[in-house]
Amino acid sequence: MYGRKVKLRFFYIILILATLTLSVFLILKSLEENVVFFKSPSDIQVISELNKNKIRIGGMVKKDSISIIDKKLNFIITDFKNEINVVYSGVVPNLFTEGKGVVAEGYLKDKNFFSATKILAKHDENYMPPEVKAALEEK
Amino acid sequence: MFKLFEPNKIFSITSKAPKYVLFLFVIVLSVGLTEALILSPEDYKQGHSVRIMYVHVPAAWIALGIFSAVTLLSILGYITKFKNFFLIAKSLAPSGFVFNIVALVTGSIWGKPTWGTWWAWDARITSMLILALFYGMYLISWRIYEDKEKVFQVSTIITILGIINVPITKYSVDWWNTLHQPASINIFTKSSIHSSMLFPLLIMTAAFALFSLLIFLMKYNTELIKIKNKGLDRL
Repeated sequence: MYGRKVKLRFFYIILILATLTLSVFLILKSLEENVVFFKSPSDIQVISELNKNKIRIGGMVKKDSISIIDKKLNFIITDFKNEINVVYSGVVPNLFTEGKGVVAEGYLKDKNFFSATKILAKHDENYMPPEVKAALEEK
Repeated sequence: MFKLFEPNKIFSITSKAPKYVLFLFVIVLSVGLTEALILSPEDYKQGHSVRIMYVHVPAAWIALGIFSAVTLLSILGYITKFKNFFLIAKSLAPSGFVFNIVALVTGSIWGKPTWGTWWAWDARITSMLILALFYGMYLISWRIYEDKEKVFQVSTIITILGIINVPITKYSVDWWNTLHQPASINIFTKSSIHSSMLFPLLIMTAAFALFSLLIFLMKYNTELIKIKNKGLDRL
């Protein structure tokens, strides 16, 4: 019921879509380094040489790790495998707390020490009213 | 099947339907806004800024959904050479573009108090911006070419290029590290959004969908009037 031309155009579109998807996939795959918004402390452990460029490190703020020493904020970013010490002076967002996600932008001093110039709080996907949160914690 | 697309028949629907859709939209939107802004609880962590989510998330969903629909219609139009598909696609696109901008702006307003920044070049946000640019190109392509055949061709190419970006936007938060949080609503696994917050979100989505339908009907009606004025009895 469909003409030969119609079928041909159908396969033409399928072919174009397949080609585009594949090329975009390959491009993104090779650019993965730059597509990620931040690196985890484990990624930092495996890099071969430190470079002086600005990078971002993300993970959780380790419990009981926030302290203020010499008017500077010190805390530890962890991904539960590796950790990195961060030092920062400046304003932190409201959601910056222990045990929650964080992204720090700045410079690596060495593999365990990071000097941040900007702190962003990373929000997780959990949405609930305070009462529910309290009930969950009681359990 | 194509008998269904007789302009006179459709015209009688598209010229009467908008007022009913508008009525329904006003009702659903007022219920949705009451739920979202007054009745729903504040979030345990974000406080009241969670209410931005009730506009942001439905807007982003609709923007992505409409772009997919526009692409599908353009491809169908190209394959079958049936011009009505292009006109439906053209009439759908503007509200998708508007919701895309709404999603970007509300996301930015939410990002400042929560993340501590207005904008971040992470995969989700950047791909949403790219989607807005594709919408822009699509809408402009209908204005700059005089020749209808040329318009159909160019706009279809734009949607095909743009559709690759849609799954990237959807899955960017799972594939890469992003500042944007992953999806809270999952079909197959348990959702991480409390039901008291999910309900207003769904109502607001329905309200925005009705708004898109309303704009679509009005735009499409205009297209049909244009055809009628040209004295053509079929599409």
